[in-house]
Amino acid sequence: METVALVLGALLAAACVVFVARPLLRPARGEDALRPSDPEAEARLRLLEERDRALAALKELEFDHRTGKISDEDYRALVRPLRRAAGEALRALEHEEHREREREEVDVHR
Amino acid sequence: MPELGRAALVAAFGLILYAAVVGGYAAYRGRRRLLDSATNALFAAFGATAIAALVLLAALAARDFSFEYVARSTSRELPLGYTLAAFWSGQAGSLLLWLLVLTGIASAAVALNRRLVREVLPWTVPIVSAVALFFAFLLVAVASPFATQAAPADGAGMNPSLQNPYMIAHPPMLYLGYVGLTIPFAFAMAALASGRVDERWIVVTRRWTLAAWTFLGFGILLGAKWAYEEVGWGGWYAWDPVENAALMPWLVATAFLHSVMVQEKKDMLRVWNVVLVAGTFALSLFGTFLTRSGVISSIHSFTQSSIGPFFLGFIAVVAAGSIALILWRLPLLRSRTRLESLVSREAAFLYNNLFLVALALTILWGVIYPLVSEAVRGVTVSVGAPYYDFFAVVFGLPLVLLMGIGPVVAWRRASLRSLASQLAWPAGIALLTGVALLLGGAGSSPAGLVGYTLAAFVLTTIVLEFVRGTRARRSLGTSGWWAAFSGLVARNRRRYGGYIVHAAIVLLLVGAVGIGGFSTTREARLAPGESMTVEDYRLVYAGSEERRGANAQEVRAQLAVYRGDEQAGTMAAGKNRYFAEEQTSNEVGIRTDWLRGEDLFVIADQFNEDGSVYLKAIVNPLVNLIWLSGLVFVLGSAVAMWPDAREQRRLAARFAGEGAVARA
Repeated sequence: METVALVLGALLAAACVVFVARPLLRPARGEDALRPSDPEAEARLRLLEERDRALAALKELEFDHRTGKISDEDYRALVRPLRRAAGEALRALEHEEHREREREEVDVHR
Repeated sequence: MPELGRAALVAAFGLILYAAVVGGYAAYRGRRRLLDSATNALFAAFGATAIAALVLLAALAARDFSFEYVARSTSRELPLGYTLAAFWSGQAGSLLLWLLVLTGIASAAVALNRRLVREVLPWTVPIVSAVALFFAFLLVAVASPFATQAAPADGAGMNPSLQNPYMIAHPPMLYLGYVGLTIPFAFAMAALASGRVDERWIVVTRRWTLAAWTFLGFGILLGAKWAYEEVGWGGWYAWDPVENAALMPWLVATAFLHSVMVQEKKDMLRVWNVVLVAGTFALSLFGTFLTRSGVISSIHSFTQSSIGPFFLGFIAVVAAGSIALILWRLPLLRSRTRLESLVSREAAFLYNNLFLVALALTILWGVIYPLVSEAVRGVTVSVGAPYYDFFAVVFGLPLVLLMGIGPVVAWRRASLRSLASQLAWPAGIALLTGVALLLGGAGSSPAGLVGYTLAAFVLTTIVLEFVRGTRARRSLGTSGWWAAFSGLVARNRRRYGGYIVHAAIVLLLVGAVGIGGFSTTREARLAPGESMTVEDYRLVYAGSEERRGANAQEVRAQLAVYRGDEQAGTMAAGKNRYFAEEQTSNEVGIRTDWLRGEDLFVIADQFNEDGSVYLKAIVNPLVNLIWLSGLVFVLGSAVAMWPDAREQRRLAARFAGEGAVARA
């Protein structure tokens, strides 16, 4: 029984070593470095978050108004800044995408 | 095969150490292949731990008493279900279960979120591995389940209190909760370490947190059901330190589940949310420490051990590390948004958070005060139920009130006029309920009367929320009430799942008030043929019967139950004398009236030589609503957790878009 346990233990250790070492043994595909911090990507993510947040807030406001949680007066006062925020986020994203396309075109021409 | 178990644990320890150290280096230096290797080590550690768990299960099933652990917690006559449940009834086994669940859940969380949080994940692997390393160390160096001995003829058996079906399910549920809370903690700390403190860590951990919270809540309720049946004092929750140990992280996690919505909707409370996540995790460790260290005396604690100092040290490291990371990233965590109005949904969430955290902290003080008193002044004190009951009412009743008000307050700001119009119906119905109950004689318990009135208020709000929402969807052109209702829930699963959970809390409140404020107890010494009355029940003692059970000698008082002149049935209450354990346990008799939700609960305290028995009979009104609330709670959580395909697509597009830019 002890021998069986030893053999099984050795097999387990070998399997673990192979499994853990596999990423280090396989031929490198592309760069080994993890993606470094990209300020543009982070900025775009922030804009996407702002857009989603503003659109969700608008949806919620409409629903709250429909169910009577918000008076007409409050609705009118709240909807304007939310629409403005959503519009700004969408415009900023479009601007970002436009810049990105321009950069890609420059890369293609090079 | 204890050698295989030991080898598997040593392998798991080595793999986890590798994942923590190499993973940390890879995250710091930005090395992809090293990180993949560390991640594989974490996956392999789960495999190795699973092998160790299988070895222990096999030893339990075979009743191999050469394993000290098996001999200490089982016996030959112990039924198989309890024998296998001994896996988590002892210290070493429960630590192994911790490690198994932790490496399993961590592997799943890392594997499933590789694409969503590429920047946060590198730090998640070493952080979660560092937590697992602590448990692996305890198993390898301090409390191994694979210590061996010359096999005795029989084992010492299992504590009779643990021989209850609820005890088979209660500890694993609690562990799934405690351990599951490691995931939001690890992702939150990884977000801080990587400097990516946006919504990503919240998005990926949302369901993990909800699942862990559900397991913990349901586990607490299973423990209460066990205590109700097994400990046999007629109550369900006794503010025992070990019960409180599970309640504290659940309360703080509840606060987090509410406040995280404020961050998602308004980008506020970022610091508060990471503090809550770290606090929840530290409290879940503290809970395990209380249960497993033997530092306190509890009906739920079955262990005396030396692991206490290790746990305290680890909790201190977790607290110090979390505080350091939060302080380091404080500039990134500052929100730009401010609270617009004190009458708004986010303000209601804030009030709810303050009450929940205050309740958790007062409970924490009640738990640690006896320890502090003994350590500092050398005086042994105990903090009793009146302390906890007082704060449960002071912080609990406003929380229930907020459960009724919060859902009808709009985000950003609401006018008092629209709030008043939304609350008119619930307040009216609550008032009517209160008056009707007062006229019906419920004034004997003022706290109970207030509790029931508030329960009516909250339930009406919840029902109205569903009705108003369905009506609003119908007005958008959805044909049919059912289509509108199902569409409403499907499109807002978290909100309406949350309302179902609120309904579960109301059921719990009604049941708890019923048993706490309106139960009736009668005691009597009865000779065969004599009877006693409690409420409208009459119990006739027919005599006692004795028989040999699977692993105990069982004696039962046989009782005929009458209601009016009609016999409603029979019941039995008595004691078990366990052979291997040489201990006696009370086995209460419970007769449930499902229509009324009440229990007739009988304890046979003493069997006398003259054939008489000393009985205590209790009528617990509405107590079964407490257990029903557990099912409603799980249903509500399942609705809230159910994946929303549209939301998944939106998030995938958001993160894919971000990735696309990064790759460009």
